[in-house]
Amino acid sequence: MSEVDSKFNIRDYLREHMFPHFLCPGCGHGIALRALLWAIDELEIPKDKLAFVSGIGCSGRLGAYIDSNTFHVTHGRPLAFATGLKLARPDLEVIVITGDGDCLAIGGNHLIHACRRNLNITCMMLNNEVYGMTGGQVSPTTSSNRFTTTTPHGNYEPVFDACKLAEAAGAGMVGREITLQTPALKNVLKEGLSHNGFSFVEVMSDCTEVFGRKNELGDSAEMVLTQKSSVRPDGYDNTVEQPFRPNFLKTGVMARNDRPEYAAAYRQHIMSMKEG
Amino acid sequence: MSDLSEPRLLNLEGNHACALGAIAAGCRFYAGYPITPSSEIAERMSKELPGVDGIFIQMEDEIASMGAILGASMGGMKVMTATSGPGFSLKQENLGYAAGAEIPCVVVNVMRGGPSTGLPTRPAQGDIMQARWGTHGDHPIIVITPASVPEIYEQTIRAFNLAETLRVPVIILYDEAIGHLRETVEIKDSNSIEINNRIWASEVTDSFQPYAAGEDKIPEMVRPGDGFRTHTTGLTHAPDGFPTQDPELVSQYMDRLLGKLGHHGDLVEGYETIEVEDAELLVVSYGITSRAARRAIKLARAEGIKVGMFRPITLWPFPAEAFKEIIAPIKNVLVPEMNAGQLIEEIERYRPEGCDIEGLNRIDGETITPEQILDRIRELAANE
Repeated sequence: MSEVDSKFNIRDYLREHMFPHFLCPGCGHGIALRALLWAIDELEIPKDKLAFVSGIGCSGRLGAYIDSNTFHVTHGRPLAFATGLKLARPDLEVIVITGDGDCLAIGGNHLIHACRRNLNITCMMLNNEVYGMTGGQVSPTTSSNRFTTTTPHGNYEPVFDACKLAEAAGAGMVGREITLQTPALKNVLKEGLSHNGFSFVEVMSDCTEVFGRKNELGDSAEMVLTQKSSVRPDGYDNTVEQPFRPNFLKTGVMARNDRPEYAAAYRQHIMSMKEG
Repeated sequence: MSDLSEPRLLNLEGNHACALGAIAAGCRFYAGYPITPSSEIAERMSKELPGVDGIFIQMEDEIASMGAILGASMGGMKVMTATSGPGFSLKQENLGYAAGAEIPCVVVNVMRGGPSTGLPTRPAQGDIMQARWGTHGDHPIIVITPASVPEIYEQTIRAFNLAETLRVPVIILYDEAIGHLRETVEIKDSNSIEINNRIWASEVTDSFQPYAAGEDKIPEMVRPGDGFRTHTTGLTHAPDGFPTQDPELVSQYMDRLLGKLGHHGDLVEGYETIEVEDAELLVVSYGITSRAARRAIKLARAEGIKVGMFRPITLWPFPAEAFKEIIAPIKNVLVPEMNAGQLIEEIERYRPEGCDIEGLNRIDGETITPEQILDRIRELAANE
């Protein structure tokens, strides 16, 4: 059966009474959410056993549309909240939905320590290069020279590579995909959900209405095609300057690390202490 | 690890009494970050929790500790974190989330001198207003101010009971001096301790609304995994849990949120009075300062001065109704505080005509002595 013939029906996972949704036309976030729910469907994880934790920003609002246990918490803190929730309730499949500002700026400290601990949580970071909800300010992933409302003369700040950061901090699994390649994105998310440890998946999303318009990047179709030309499944290339990103970005599963999962290590530590 | 179930007398420092009180109350999740002078609470929790199948985690910062306890609380555990001044400032963001989304939690602030890094190892009572209004927006919060080590133990148990039954963050506020003071604490048989637990929603129906409350204004809690699949948000929400900006629904939410503690006033209120029946002069005091005041009042009474004391144990919401009756016949009120004058602002609100209210303040990192209070009581009595 091909990917397109999947029995997956997104409506089984949505709170349709919340529609119409608030995302702008052309926004990549909805596609990312579809890929995530598709991955969950293929893994046959029951809706009652899922818990979605999201922060603030466009990414943070996605949880409200999912027919599951959803927590919309404070800006930058979904990983901290998810850490407590997962430790208290190891029976739940805890998924964090976050954005480049939420996860890498205000929540950056929580990200590196979540990677270091390696608690079994899947973190999907939607990277649209901008603070969309507040009107389009520069973020830690805004490409060089791009215009935003707080870089009216072009962005002069260096860009974070979130996946390299997550890998260096010790994440159990690291992956990246673009929304245009939805089945591939679904597969990367499946790997993340299946991995027993902290999984970090960066989704290259697109903000057509705010970021795209400001930088004259064309419509959504044009933006995702440009995006496709800037990624390669075969690895980093820091030598070629690209118009959209400072260099080629690798996609697919980029790192896997089978070191002990935090909660299991904690339980083992306590057991040995009680016996000792 | 200690055997925590055996009734006995223990000589404990205040911070350890807080940890043992939390465990007696059923706290099984603690997330913290090191900060003087509260670190002994985290240390004791890290030692004791594994023995009762609890979870201790030292997080990457104060904000994460607060976030983690809220996640664990929504997962179904009784939770606590502890901190001091600078850390308490960082807790405020998620304290607001706890107040708005009605997540039970207990937060300890062992007060040290401020502002900023201030006097890390010296006592102060400078966070009285921050404890009430530290997070933005109108919100409910309970603040408890124990004055002794045994009271820290008892009031920590009470803090959990209030947090769980009223779905509200509860702050335990005491200063460095009590935190590091050693006194004898009676550890009671666990069967003789009153423990209150949150109410879990049990019936999944199509019309279920997670933030709809009955007459008691407290919605039942939803345990993830039980089939309710509800939404929790810090955005202003309707009874169905989803965000709303409808003025009518916003008012309904805010009225219930801000009214719920008053509705349960009997549970929330807590104060002590000493010799107020015939008093002409009243000392209003709390925490470590109230112990100096207690001694001063005893000595002043021996000299024939008609002086009494009002000691709020629940500092916020302030026990206004009880206090109004007590202050009504009083000519002079003295409010000793280890700050530049914070609770006195609240006391002024209840000032009867002809009553003089003054502060006795110390902000040098030292405690107020009984002599300081006694001297001022004598002067006030002589001027009458």
